[in-house]
Amino acid sequence: MSDIADRVKKIVIEHLGVDADKVTIEASFIEDLGADSLDTVELVMAFEEEFGVEIPDDAAETILTVGDAVRFLEKATSA
Amino acid sequence: MFDLSGLTALVTGASGGIGGSIAKGLHASGATVVLSGTRASALEALASELGDRVHVMAANLSDRAEADALVAKVESTTGQLDILVNNAGITRDGLFIRMKDDDWDQVIEVNLTSGFRLSRAAVKGMMKRRFGRIIGITSVVGVTGNPGQANYAAAKAGMIGMTKALALEVASRGITANCVAPGFIETPMTDALNEKQREAAIGQVPMGRFGAPGDIAAACVYLASREAGYVSGHTLHVNGGIAMI
Repeated sequence: MSDIADRVKKIVIEHLGVDADKVTIEASFIEDLGADSLDTVELVMAFEEEFGVEIPDDAAETILTVGDAVRFLEKATSA
Repeated sequence: MFDLSGLTALVTGASGGIGGSIAKGLHASGATVVLSGTRASALEALASELGDRVHVMAANLSDRAEADALVAKVESTTGQLDILVNNAGITRDGLFIRMKDDDWDQVIEVNLTSGFRLSRAAVKGMMKRRFGRIIGITSVVGVTGNPGQANYAAAKAGMIGMTKALALEVASRGITANCVAPGFIETPMTDALNEKQREAAIGQVPMGRFGAPGDIAAACVYLASREAGYVSGHTLHVNGGIAMI
């Protein structure tokens, strides 16, 4: 797993207080990890801070799983 | 009574009668206080009266860029913002049928929209720290209405609804959002009443007198306190019994 994926997982584990083995690349924040809508906003804010990028609202809406976040951040940080 | 030491508060409209008193109350309870308002000289005078733990950040909240920048400036200066008191307010009274669009727009902008923008900015940091107090200074007329104040009453009622929606959204993050609704309080705003209006106003108040700015400050100190952590979405009426709602 990439460095970005590790950092994303770490944020998700810390923020949602879930077991590391549940935070798979396919895991959905809301359906699998028990996040509510405010949690997802907080996750986006945490990703923005960790990676120094801005995630616009329309992009944030497409980030539903751990993998979505990793793919978005890989693209955003390589640009 | 309530200890706010270690907390930072931003009070808008701190150059006014009620805002200045709120700032003093929070400061006396130990908070670091950021004074904002349009009249820099009045803010500086209040700051020198308070001494330490005070910052002055003049801002014109009818300017959206200034409103947006204010919270960031507070956070970069003091490191955090724990208590936001949306107190800034103006009046542009006039009978409904004659009210100008400008008078409507300006009152909504300063009294309601600036509070939305400041709260939106403030709540981000509060969510991260899992603690925050948002206090909106509304008015009894936001609940009862008042002839000549359609714009003001609309803005103040809007603030109550906005506060309840925000309170629901952030409750799980240790953040409360409440309003304080003054009735007639001795300030430059009520000094503008003529003698006859003043007598008529006092005649409506069961306590037979206007309130003091300190009465509003005391309500704010309570709602800002850690002890009020289970009170949210509430409007605390401080009005001498003029309307029991």
